Amino acid sequence: MSINRREFLKIAGASTLFGLTGTAAVEEILRTNADAAVLKGPNALNAKRWAMTIDVNKIRSEEEYRKITHACHSIHNVPDIGNKKDEIKWIWEEEYENSFPGLSDEFVPDHIKHKPFLLLCNHCAKPPCVRVCPTKATFKRPDGIVAMDYHRCIGCRFCMAACPFGARSFNWRDPRPFIKEENKEFPTRMKGVVEKCTFCSERLARGQKPACVEASNGALTFGDLEDPNSEVRHVLSTHYALRRKPDLGTGPSVYYVIGGGTEHA
Amino acid sequence: MYNGGKIILGLVIFIGLFTFPVFYNMGKTAEAPKPSIDTPVINEMEVKQCVESKEWMKANHMQMLDEWRDSVLRDGNLEYVSKTDGKNYVMSLQNTCMRCHSNKKEFCDKCHTYANVKPYCWTCHIAPKENEI
Repeated sequence: MSINRREFLKIAGASTLFGLTGTAAVEEILRTNADAAVLKGPNALNAKRWAMTIDVNKIRSEEEYRKITHACHSIHNVPDIGNKKDEIKWIWEEEYENSFPGLSDEFVPDHIKHKPFLLLCNHCAKPPCVRVCPTKATFKRPDGIVAMDYHRCIGCRFCMAACPFGARSFNWRDPRPFIKEENKEFPTRMKGVVEKCTFCSERLARGQKPACVEASNGALTFGDLEDPNSEVRHVLSTHYALRRKPDLGTGPSVYYVIGGGTEHA
Repeated sequence: MYNGGKIILGLVIFIGLFTFPVFYNMGKTAEAPKPSIDTPVINEMEVKQCVESKEWMKANHMQMLDEWRDSVLRDGNLEYVSKTDGKNYVMSLQNTCMRCHSNKKEFCDKCHTYANVKPYCWTCHIAPKENEI
């Protein structure tokens, strides 16, 4: 029996269609078995794009800085290894010159020049770390948080090379012995993975604001950048704020309020 | 065949040694492990009920933990609705599973050792301190 081209194309088209829908149907059947219901927490905080503002002038003493970093590092089991090479940091202090390298010049007022700035992961809108991760261990959540899945991290450190903010630390050694007091409700990390700030996604899921914000006495605010009525938008509309290295185009979500706001005037 | 006797003797010894474990264990059965649920939290429960039925958990806990992990980390979910009792449970190995099963050695490790599986949960997740609480 001979077959002309038209017949052949018809059969090929029909079988392709069957092949496509056929497998989809099989997948659907397989899926219903394992498809149990999962929910967000009843108090979960949601946003289109989480952001933070840090009012530099509201953190005055060394003690206040330490309170904020300690709040973060203690609940997240961040080890204190004690040397710069192995250091693990989620939130840390750096001088103006190193925080805003493009903006530093000779005549910056002293109180800005030598003020420690609190630095953390910027949860960029276009995170270069996510682009380079070969295993999708780091990824961008729909709410703007750049999250880490330590289960998938293979420790290649591409993300560390890609991050222009130095926000990522690599576990060169087992962090466990260097954690003074373990928070039993949060995991540690293991040797060979990269870690960083998570914007406290585990606290947001339970309806709490990030630990640093809570410990900051109002110096840090947290909210939805795309909600005009949010706290961060209020701060940003009344204060002049800087972002780190905006010219790189990564779109950081952490804003540094430098000057006093219109409210103070 | 040169040295035929020695070769055959050698072969017999070799086969004997090589198959020794098979003959040694023949007819014996290794006793299946009985994971213990003797923990303070479980003992206080009136109805001893995990998030799903015992049989289901036995067969599926590994897939479930895998799904929990992705659901929590990737999709930002928090709670799991049980198909058995309809209650909501917070999806957390450290805070939900191990709160009841605080006897990792007697509960997790027994079967895992028997089945020779080595899940690497505990390199990061903090195992409960046993004989405490």
